Amino acid sequence: MSELDSLYREVILDHYKNPRGHGLIDTPDAEAEGQNPLCGDEVSIAVAFEGDTIADVKFQGRGCAISQAATSMLMDMVKGRTAQEVATMSREELLDEVGIPLTPVRLKCALLGLGVLKLALHKGRGTPLPEEWAGVDELELR
Amino acid sequence: MAVTTEAKLDARRLRADFPIFEQPIHGKPLAYLDSANSSQKPRQVLDTVRDFYETSYANVHRAVYELGLRSDAAFDGAREKARVFVNAETTGEVIFTRNATEGLNLVAYAWGLDNLGPGDLVLVTELEHHSNFVPWQFIAERKGADFAAIPIDSGGELRLEALDELEARGRVRLVACGLVSNSLGTVNPVAELAAWAHERGAIMVVDAAQAAPHRPLNVQALGCDFLAFTGHKMCAPSGIGVLWGRRELLERMSPFELGGEMIRKVTVERTTWNDLPHKFEAGTPPIAQAVGLGAAIDYLTETGLEAIERHEAELTAYAWGRLSEVPGLTLYGPPPDRRAGIVSFNLEGIHPHDVAQIVDSEGVAVRAGHHCNQPLMTRLGINATTRASFYLYTLPEEIDRLVDGLHKARKLFG
Ligand SMILES: Cc1ncc(COP(=O)(O)O)c(C=O)c1O
Repeated sequence: MSELDSLYREVILDHYKNPRGHGLIDTPDAEAEGQNPLCGDEVSIAVAFEGDTIADVKFQGRGCAISQAATSMLMDMVKGRTAQEVATMSREELLDEVGIPLTPVRLKCALLGLGVLKLALHKGRGTPLPEEWAGVDELELR
Repeated sequence: MAVTTEAKLDARRLRADFPIFEQPIHGKPLAYLDSANSSQKPRQVLDTVRDFYETSYANVHRAVYELGLRSDAAFDGAREKARVFVNAETTGEVIFTRNATEGLNLVAYAWGLDNLGPGDLVLVTELEHHSNFVPWQFIAERKGADFAAIPIDSGGELRLEALDELEARGRVRLVACGLVSNSLGTVNPVAELAAWAHERGAIMVVDAAQAAPHRPLNVQALGCDFLAFTGHKMCAPSGIGVLWGRRELLERMSPFELGGEMIRKVTVERTTWNDLPHKFEAGTPPIAQAVGLGAAIDYLTETGLEAIERHEAELTAYAWGRLSEVPGLTLYGPPPDRRAGIVSFNLEGIHPHDVAQIVDSEGVAVRAGHHCNQPLMTRLGINATTRASFYLYTLPEEIDRLVDGLHKARKLFG
């Protein structure tokens, strides 16, 4: 019970029910989508820049509470940062924010949004990608 | 007045045969509602496998010493049990595979590569598990044959009236259909489809992965040409399955895998094939797993497959009623009297993964996902469901605990 309470802690459910940065950007400078085919989580992210920094970032998606809440939290975290900063952002930084214990299966759910965002920045701004994603057009976490 | 005495199955007593239920999960008794995925194993099977390894193990069909003979006897004995289990004519028609998937791939490659070509049509259904869908799609494409899926209606049952239209697309050569759908529990009219296929000179392949554990099987009554099932869903170890095929077809087919055991004579110029079923069993087979399958067949036969089917029908009707009480819950597929012991559903606003995780905290194991049924999920306009499935050891109170867990999920997300 306590394990479950910590997994679905208030802040996760709040982000799931009232996602921040949910929606579209009319003329995005970068965008990408991705999915976690095993559970059917889907996320697409669009970014608008002002100079080098992220002025606006929005996501759309459907999937489990963990995938959608983590992406929502990510939107709050990356606004105002540069593409380069986000490209090198560690997964731990996001996981700290998510702040719940995750099994390997659920870890993929939590990291889907960050992966999609890095892919968007790579496509839009040429930032480096984690090696294992070289050449991917659409992220698929397996 | 005729009196029918239908033996009723005592799930509580049978449950004691399964050591897995002796340990608590998250401090609660295990409610294992994921037997469609894989079943738990009774002591009778575990003991047989252990005893085989401890007293009789050697490689099969090679050794002249005492252990080799014992191993052969146990392995061949398991094949005979499998023959009786599906009512096949000879053990030559009973091929041991790794699982249902390998059996279906065997037919797709060994029959499909030599028999399909442009102008031919291969038919599957929208209900198929990927393992009875993708091999046909792949081989059809490789041979330039057409490939199509028989559609379902909104209740998750096959629309056989669509066959006329499908047939216009080409010469029907093969129909592949599951006996029981792993997502919706739909029981398909396979005998009817087999007759339809035969009228057109096509062959009928049946995926019995979800039927073999739960109801009597009879390949003669089904009138099919190939039938595949998998041990791990029917109380046997993983790594063993069976493909039954009609002798005339198996004899005419080229081998699937090549190597040891499946040959008669090998020379640099040419190799000839062993007799059935060995022609299709290259390499050292899963020996102890086959022996375990034999023990599982004994266990199911002694329990009574009719009794298992009736027990699950009762549970399904009960689950249908209880789940229908949960607000915001959508059930997929046909009504309980026309399905096997599998129910798929969604709770409004809560992803199946979250549902499965929440009920897991109550010790209830259910599957969440697309269940290797992506074409079906697309057809239903969803990308996943939560699935509860029942077996001979399932108790009604486990369904109550699932329903309690669903109420908890609704409260948490409400
Ligand atoms: C209907 C159906 N067919 C085939 C399979 C494949 O079984 P296996 O993975 O043991 O080959 C399954 C199991 O998931 C199934 O449910």
